[in-house]
Amino acid sequence: MEIRSPQFKANVREALGNEHLQEALGKVRTGFTGKRAIARAGLPEFDELRDQARDIKNHTFSHLDLYYDMYEERVRDAGGHVHWAGDASDAREIIAEICQRHDARSVTKGKSMIAEEVALNGHLEELGMEVVETDLGEYIIQIRNEPPSHIIAPAVHLTKAQVEQSFRELHTDLPPERNLDEAASLVNEARHVLRQKYIDADIGITGANFLVAETGTSIIVTNEGNGDLTQTLPKVHIVLTSLEKMVPTLEDVSTILRVLARSATGQEYSSYTTFSTGPRRPQDPDGPEEYHVVILDNGRSGMLGTEFQDMLRCIRCGACMNHCPVYHTVGGHSYGWVYPGPMGSVLTPTLVGVDKAGHLPNASTFCGRCEAVCPMRIPLPKMMRHWREREFERHLSPRTVRWALRAWAWVARRPALYHLTASCAARVLRIAALGRGRIKQLPLAGNWTDHRDLPAPRGQTFQEMWRAGGDE
Amino acid sequence: MSNIDSKANRATIMANVRNALGVDASSDATRRKTVKARLSKHSRNLIPERANLGAPERLALFRAQAEAVAASVAEIKALKDVPQAVAAYLRDNNLPQRVRHGADEDIAKLPWDSVPTMDVDTGPADPQDSTSVSKAFGGVAETGTLVLTSGMDNPTTLNFLPENHIVVLKAGEIAKTYEDVWDRVREAYGAGQMPRAVNMITGPSRTGDIEQQIELGAHGPRRLHILIVAED
Ligand code: SF4
Repeated sequence: MEIRSPQFKANVREALGNEHLQEALGKVRTGFTGKRAIARAGLPEFDELRDQARDIKNHTFSHLDLYYDMYEERVRDAGGHVHWAGDASDAREIIAEICQRHDARSVTKGKSMIAEEVALNGHLEELGMEVVETDLGEYIIQIRNEPPSHIIAPAVHLTKAQVEQSFRELHTDLPPERNLDEAASLVNEARHVLRQKYIDADIGITGANFLVAETGTSIIVTNEGNGDLTQTLPKVHIVLTSLEKMVPTLEDVSTILRVLARSATGQEYSSYTTFSTGPRRPQDPDGPEEYHVVILDNGRSGMLGTEFQDMLRCIRCGACMNHCPVYHTVGGHSYGWVYPGPMGSVLTPTLVGVDKAGHLPNASTFCGRCEAVCPMRIPLPKMMRHWREREFERHLSPRTVRWALRAWAWVARRPALYHLTASCAARVLRIAALGRGRIKQLPLAGNWTDHRDLPAPRGQTFQEMWRAGGDE
Repeated sequence: MSNIDSKANRATIMANVRNALGVDASSDATRRKTVKARLSKHSRNLIPERANLGAPERLALFRAQAEAVAASVAEIKALKDVPQAVAAYLRDNNLPQRVRHGADEDIAKLPWDSVPTMDVDTGPADPQDSTSVSKAFGGVAETGTLVLTSGMDNPTTLNFLPENHIVVLKAGEIAKTYEDVWDRVREAYGAGQMPRAVNMITGPSRTGDIEQQIELGAHGPRRLHILIVAED
């Protein structure tokens, strides 16, 4: 996918003027957050499970090489294949080769953020294959030729009316007078159109939420059942995943699964949690004849042992963006690449380079909600600060930002002081910038400051406002 | 054949990992012991209290949780009542009296011809099938989750292709937690081994991808009906 992160400010301006988007984002603000709060309240052990989930991943990382030894042995014993991709182009090549070896013409896909990261679809299409996204949200953005705007709800930026319009434009073999007023009729139409695609597909590609060392298993967590049809019907199943997805045992993954769905959609458990181990067995009447796992590094091994290691714990639940006032205002596309919201602001500079995505860590009010809701207890604001400091050191910032950041960083690294004086510190920033007439060079300037109070708050700070209205 | 040297990639990535962790041959012995212990002990992490219940309350919790996610549940006395219960369900929902099931003995040996109006097919699902009947490996009371395992007995396609999925679950196999089910899977398949697919199913297929409005029957079954059998 093309990286549009350097145009962050232009993206934001566009987003703020987009009525459909603002309508759709209003629903993120209330929908996801309310459901998560209910799910959390329903499980008294929730916060303690988050601590354990964090510890499980930390333990796994410090033994990652050894867990992979066991994992690969188990996959091989079960008759599957493991492939290693250093970067995006490796991953594309490995998958293309498997597809070509099977003379694949048609490929179905379950939702995979890693596939977005490596821009898989375009590559397979160039090689003459039809690639069909089967997750409803992914299907919608695929036919509209748009990138996802959310890691678990890729079409969350669209209204029903926009989906209807796209379906009418594409599904021209269906009667034009059909009624598509209800979400249900749109869901049915997609179900009908995609059915035959599953059946015709030569290859099914899914992601994996987790890999289990104990058993050589890959896991997908879905609600629609599309991932299961995608991986069960074709003769080849390819799992495209990344280095950090490992967990030691079935017990460990059970703990993390208890916090995943609750944090993501507010469900107690997703409709389908599927544990796959190897290809179909001699007696099996269905399932793929070949099972491949492609493990992508793409810079992740370089995060281990650094101040960004904690980011590798991310289980892609989306809670941080669902609770982010910046995301609520600018939507996912403004971030300009695959991963939006707070997790994207940390991850994107790591994966595509701080020179291209250096603006993103600035897309924060440092209200702390992302960290407060993150099931894996990832210190997102702290890591955004790391990026700001690195950007500062690399002299990529305009002079004014550099100057103002120095003052800001001094306060921000002293949490108590920061809380006490945030509004004051922010005012310092504003005055500093204004004094030099360079406010447009400050993070979140321009249209952004027309819509938010920070980084130049009048009265209450964001932290105060969120504490008043928040649940954490 | 391949342009990509997967083995070399692995070596590079793992060298990066080991380097980042600051480990070398001298620390490996202890680390290996830790890993081996973790993988063989299957220690449980924190288990929520919610499902720590006796059998009748566990069944009630399972039922309430499954119904909360839009599954329907009927309790029947014995396996032999399954065909009649299936027929009644199909009738009540105006569905064709035709089902498909796998080779599972508990299902296959049932007196299906006690319902003369019903057509019964066997084997993996066909795209035309409207209703399938599977037997669950077990259930999890905690979240009203069904656990199904792949194979001839209960082909995986039966779980996803038909619009209506009926699952037979023995009351005695409703566990408290996922961890309890994993112990049973290890017993049945051997430690470290898994059937090709373990499907945890919690309610029918759903999507919230259009304006976050929940719609049932996105790609998998629109209806999930659970028959809980009291006797073994
Ligand atoms: S950073 Fe945390 S909250 Fe955000 S997607 Fe990852 S796990 Fe979820």
